Amino acid sequence: MRKRSWIIALVVALLCTAAGCSAPPAHPEAAAGAPSAVRGEIVVFAAASLTDAFQDIGRAFEAAHPGTRVTFSFGGSSALRMQLEQGARADVFASANEAEMAKAESGGLLTGKPLIFARNRLVVIVPKDNPAHLKTLHDLAKPGVRLVTAADGVPIAAYTQDLLRRLSRDPQYGSDFVQRVNANVVSREQDVRQIVLKVSLGEADAAVAYATDVTPDVAGKVRTVEVPGAFNVLAAYPLAVLKTAPNPAGAEAFARFVLGPDGQSALKKWGFLPAPESSP
Amino acid sequence: MGLAASAGVFLALIVLPVLAILDRAAAAGFLPSLPGSRTVVLQALRLSAWTSACALLVIVALGTPCAYLLARHPFRGRALVDSLIELPLVLPPTVAGIGLLMAFGRRGLLGPYLESLGITLPFTAAAVVLAQVFVAGPFYIRAARAGFEAVAPHLELVARTLGVSDWQVFWRVTVPLAAPSLLSGLTMAWARALGEFGATIMFAGSFPGRTQTMTVAIYAELERDLDGALAMAAILLGVSFALLALLRLALGRGRAVA
Repeated sequence: MRKRSWIIALVVALLCTAAGCSAPPAHPEAAAGAPSAVRGEIVVFAAASLTDAFQDIGRAFEAAHPGTRVTFSFGGSSALRMQLEQGARADVFASANEAEMAKAESGGLLTGKPLIFARNRLVVIVPKDNPAHLKTLHDLAKPGVRLVTAADGVPIAAYTQDLLRRLSRDPQYGSDFVQRVNANVVSREQDVRQIVLKVSLGEADAAVAYATDVTPDVAGKVRTVEVPGAFNVLAAYPLAVLKTAPNPAGAEAFARFVLGPDGQSALKKWGFLPAPESSP
Repeated sequence: MGLAASAGVFLALIVLPVLAILDRAAAAGFLPSLPGSRTVVLQALRLSAWTSACALLVIVALGTPCAYLLARHPFRGRALVDSLIELPLVLPPTVAGIGLLMAFGRRGLLGPYLESLGITLPFTAAAVVLAQVFVAGPFYIRAARAGFEAVAPHLELVARTLGVSDWQVFWRVTVPLAAPSLLSGLTMAWARALGEFGATIMFAGSFPGRTQTMTVAIYAELERDLDGALAMAAILLGVSFALLALLRLALGRGRAVA
């Protein structure tokens, strides 16, 4: 008898590990005190720029919902959207722009409407020792400056082009500013974190990135050149629950959590701007 | 039965992805219809062709003496040199990429010296070639060394006693006899250079027409236009088959000579 109870305990433990829950199985009702009976693994596909903030949110969510585990896949929003189209299993998709989310929506990947949960500003980053001596945005067009940006479809690439076009409309930059800056691009990386890496390694002279990419880790290695508010492009981050979510209850709970006070304060801590008021 | 079944499963595992690429690429008409994608494909094809050709030239020029030295002249520390040269064979390409960046990048070990000479390697086609030489070179050196070792030393000795210079002995006796091995090494090195991805994307970045080789372009196009990626995959598949046929030919000739 004694032996059998051991086996049962072992099987329960194994099942518990397989299901990915960290809470002891003794009192499953204990979790009922939590907002809902949310449990199991929640897979979140999120834009690379969300890496730090979402890892924080994931930990806070797991603490608030014992028995859950949040697993992230961070990458370029376009790459993630493509993986979802090709059948990748995930519960939540958080994109760095509305264009990729719109493609996911028209592809029938989502349930419900995507919600904007955060916004972001653009900044220009240069290596700490600023090898190309960039002082203002004008200098981005100086011949020989080695710029990195992202591949077509990656949100930061589109936001960067928006910004350059806005600058080109201002006579002090000149209408050919966008062409002159683009002529300096030496590489088109797969997501914004790769761009930041190349600048913080000092291999590239400058790049346009999100204000939130200058994390405490990166801040020691790069210098920031602010983009004047009149030209700045506000990046909007939408999030949605996926139609094929293996864990729909978990997905809903995670989405609510991101939009709720805990999620918003984590995003604020990492430098994101709050979601617009109109968003529920 | 069990043997045949497992062999069949394994064969299916290899054949199905190949067929799937060809099937989808054929459905897309091989060359993508989007003009932008077509340009990307052709640029990447051209870049891959000439960078891998440059890499092969460097590998043959530097690798042949190296292989001959290892095959013919025992010296202290040869085992160590041997292992170091073969290291890229087992090194994950992303590790190679970081290594190249740390050595030849602007902030790398040699970066300041290169900079003072006006040379900046990262994000250039030269970086692509360097990455290819790094990962593909050992394939050639390994095969060439085995080839040189298989040439009986007395043949070279006889030639020398007939008054032929060392240089001529090497070209007229050693190289022809080792040719099958040299050719198969060259084929393997070329295949590896064409397939290089991890070190290239880290060290050379990705820019259409400048550093975006076929493999890097496949990765980038996948997110933008699947048809373009499929077309390039099908082309690389064809090239791989051709290289494999070349390899068979080289090895077949080797057997005939032996």
